[in-house]
Amino acid sequence: MLEIRNITKVFNKNTVNEKTALKKLSLSLEDGEFITVIGGNGSGKSTMLNAIAGVFPVDEGRVVIDGVDVTRLPEHKRAAYIGRVFQDPMMGTAAKMGIEENLALAFRRGQRRSLAWGITKSEREHYCNVLEDLGLGLEQRLTSKVGLLSGGQRQALTLLMATLKKPKLLLLDEHTAALDPKTAAKVLEITESLIKRDKLSTLMVTHNMKDAIALGSRLIMLYDGRIVIDLKGEEKENLTVEKLLKMFGSISGSDEADDKLLLS
Amino acid sequence: MSLNFFDLLGQLPGALSQGLIWGILAIGVFITYEILNIADLTVDGSFCLGGAVCVVLILNGFSVEISLLFAFFAGLTAGLITGIFHTLCGISAILAGILTQLGLWSVNLAIMGRANQSINVNNFRLLVSLRYLQEVQNGDLPFYWSPILVISIFCVAIIALLYWFFGTQLGCSIRATGANINMARAQGINTNYNKILGLMISNAMVALSGGLLSQYQGFADINMGRGAIVIGLAAVIVGEVIFGRIFRNFALRLFGVVTGAVIYYTVIQTVLWMKLNPNYLKLLTALIVVLFLAFPHLKAKIASISVYRKGASARA
Repeated sequence: MLEIRNITKVFNKNTVNEKTALKKLSLSLEDGEFITVIGGNGSGKSTMLNAIAGVFPVDEGRVVIDGVDVTRLPEHKRAAYIGRVFQDPMMGTAAKMGIEENLALAFRRGQRRSLAWGITKSEREHYCNVLEDLGLGLEQRLTSKVGLLSGGQRQALTLLMATLKKPKLLLLDEHTAALDPKTAAKVLEITESLIKRDKLSTLMVTHNMKDAIALGSRLIMLYDGRIVIDLKGEEKENLTVEKLLKMFGSISGSDEADDKLLLS
Repeated sequence: MSLNFFDLLGQLPGALSQGLIWGILAIGVFITYEILNIADLTVDGSFCLGGAVCVVLILNGFSVEISLLFAFFAGLTAGLITGIFHTLCGISAILAGILTQLGLWSVNLAIMGRANQSINVNNFRLLVSLRYLQEVQNGDLPFYWSPILVISIFCVAIIALLYWFFGTQLGCSIRATGANINMARAQGINTNYNKILGLMISNAMVALSGGLLSQYQGFADINMGRGAIVIGLAAVIVGEVIFGRIFRNFALRLFGVVTGAVIYYTVIQTVLWMKLNPNYLKLLTALIVVLFLAFPHLKAKIASISVYRKGASARA
């Protein structure tokens, strides 16, 4: 479904702040695979997701989604294949627009926007149904401005928007990091059920090792712009936080990194 | 120095028709300032552009309607240029607007051939004119010649059209671009294209307003657009402050903006009636806009200071 081949991304090239965020990173994601991504600050997790989404061009390598080479496509064109949820709950929805208007925008992801009326009656019913599935009571507030919703509600709505039109690839960038533990758990629960229902190919970045181990069918860890751990199947199922830390320590060759990872 | 109240009353129809004309400009400013979240300074240039194109075409024998249509297209082009400067050339929106505005100064002079061009209302059947307003009031012309009526119809038609447009899929994507550009891109919206489109529509409204004003006052002048953006902002802000809490519907908000322009012009007429030196009008306008823009900020600040004081006294 997704294939990343040897991508390299250098920020602030030829300056004193030059930083190579991704170093010839390759990854291939099977159809319906759900990968959790962990790594310390600056390990390249978000950069990898942004490189896939096309937020910036990569310096080397190729990004192929479902057989289509999207390396040269701008962000808005790649959006036809990709659903995204960001860390910041404010970032994924338009506060000044209504709930149904936000959904309608997402419903036309990857399509030409015509002069037909923005929301049709049958669509409204559809939005009502999918909102009901969330179980947050948002179906009663279709025309409310999204700015009035809480962070958790907005994140749940963003999730819904990312999956309303089935994406070939779902990118979740620490989407529960800004929420309180209880809300985060709820949003994670919604995430899991949506992914399961639509068999979505997913990359989920998280800071929470427990979540990373509990969710998904495969786990990768990034360190210094490279994938250093890649586990699936039985290995993944038998994983614990301790084991993961030990593995990481032996790869990075320092214990100090463990603390960094835990604290980050 | 005595103030005759009836003088003021006599000036109100004039203020109303001018206010309505500037209301169309204010709708244009609303599109960039409120919807696209861009302060577009092209307005000063495109307003004059509309006036210049309209007057010169009428003088060259084109009908009023065709002339206004060309003014509209000229505005579209001005917005297109600012949009290209901003999106394709990566120039900040404010600077892009200033650059287009500066360039338009020369363009407007070239169109008019000199600093101003007048049209004699006796020689042309115009759409709106100060003369018609007076003659309708005197009973020399039937009521439907009244500029107030004509421009009101214009305003209603424009509001209806924009209400429709910003409710369509395309219009919604322009609103999303202004509301949250990251989200818009993530939902596959070409934000550059939408910004350009918004700037074009906005400046088309502004140029249309300029074309109407030049007819109303009987001339186009190279300076007619000076400070137009600030007047537009004043109208938008006054409209939003006064009606913002009542009007949530998009069409009503546009109506509020037009009303804001009318209120602004009534206030201006009133201070002129109070014998304010007209040279100070722009200073007054700037101060009004500063006051309204600063108000929410200062209110929050004052509130936070009082919270701080309360906390301090509680500790003591």
